[in-house]
Amino acid sequence: MTGVRVLVGTRKGAFILTSDEARRDWKVSEAHFPGWEIYHVAGSPVDPNRLYASQSSGWFGQVMQRSDDGGISWNPVSNDFTYAGVPGSHQWYDGSLRPWEFKRVWHLEPSPSDVDSVYAGVEDAALFHSADGGSSWQEIRGLREHGSGAQWQPGAGGMCLHTILLDPHNPQRIMVAISAAGVFRTDDAGASWRPVNKGLLSDGIPSPAAEVGHCVHNLAMHPSRPDTIYMQKHWDVMRSKDGGENWDEVSGNLPSDFGFPISVHAHEPDTIYVVPITSDSHHFPPDGKLRVYRSRTGGDEWEPLTNGLPQQDCYVNVLRDAMAVDSLADCGIYFGTTGGQVYVSPDSGDSWAPIVRDLPAVLSVQVQTLS
Amino acid sequence: MIRVVLPAHLRQLARCEGEIQIETGAPTQRAVLDAVEAAYPMLRGTIRDPASGKRRPFVRFFACEEDLSHDSPDAPLPEEVVNGREPFLVIGAMAGG
Repeated sequence: MTGVRVLVGTRKGAFILTSDEARRDWKVSEAHFPGWEIYHVAGSPVDPNRLYASQSSGWFGQVMQRSDDGGISWNPVSNDFTYAGVPGSHQWYDGSLRPWEFKRVWHLEPSPSDVDSVYAGVEDAALFHSADGGSSWQEIRGLREHGSGAQWQPGAGGMCLHTILLDPHNPQRIMVAISAAGVFRTDDAGASWRPVNKGLLSDGIPSPAAEVGHCVHNLAMHPSRPDTIYMQKHWDVMRSKDGGENWDEVSGNLPSDFGFPISVHAHEPDTIYVVPITSDSHHFPPDGKLRVYRSRTGGDEWEPLTNGLPQQDCYVNVLRDAMAVDSLADCGIYFGTTGGQVYVSPDSGDSWAPIVRDLPAVLSVQVQTLS
Repeated sequence: MIRVVLPAHLRQLARCEGEIQIETGAPTQRAVLDAVEAAYPMLRGTIRDPASGKRRPFVRFFACEEDLSHDSPDAPLPEEVVNGREPFLVIGAMAGG
């Protein structure tokens, strides 16, 4: 089919939403893995029929699923995420040391060049890789062991590695983000890592030069400009033009610079999107108005996008992995809410409509553009 | 032959309905769960933590109206379970409000 396939992870299952290029009429699947938390569903850029899903439960732990037919059928693959070597300890909330303990997979990032290569970001924070389509997982231990790991500590949601950026032009470079440790980069395919957090300022961290401890919520990059990285931090929207070496704040005129997701337009590398949230204690939009904000200048100057979104009595949140874009000629923007709505804009954010209103709380949204 | 009843989430994952039946040499929790995981590899890590091998905190084991959750994994199971008159129950604890 030509069109889009939207992969939605929720608190109680996964859903697949499909439409043609017009993105007006949608088919909503039944629940996949009903009753399980689905933190992320991701499709391979090499073969869109290859999907991976992170399925977990507070009772029964982590399960990994793979589909080779676009989500029609699924088969469990390996759920063995054993840390390499002696895991060591990290900071706990009270400053004491706590041993690394695997809890769940937050994010999956399939390779842009190899259908069987996929990365997994996990809690407690670490990066794993599978070279065999999820049949086995190996930790990329250089990240956890590069030296600052003992200073990492969890954010309110856990100590999770939630964002993985693969440089499409340089397979040696990977950037990851960890809450609440910061951004880390490798330029040798994972053998060595270093923090890249210069310019991030966070209340509660006395030193402005602190290498780690920053609560980064999400990163985004346009594939044509892999050195330009956008960040939604706990507070502050940030931009780096040198691959994370230096960061500048670009929050500009946003009504709040707290938020979770950040996305880049598929065809305009300077056009970015955020969803401002009132504060870290008030996890809902300012003034009860659900507004996506768009900047066409890579930040600093923002405009609210409201057409079709609720502008009163709205108190949902949009989580860090719950916004995505398609790559059709008229770029589509998508996001899901903790209230179970998934919205689409088929015109770069100018107008919005709900695809579905009453799913379980949405944890993640990914989009596949099918041709 | 030992009868094992799995909770709904794990029956869904294992694609089985009702009770499952397994053969095991030693009549212990450990041997029964090893046999369940051998027959249904997708259940590895869901009942016992894969790193420690211990029962997951919100999983309980019952048989013959007794809570066996805190028994040694190598303790003998009740005779009624061993001879198949009663099932070994894997329960997802009621938790979470």
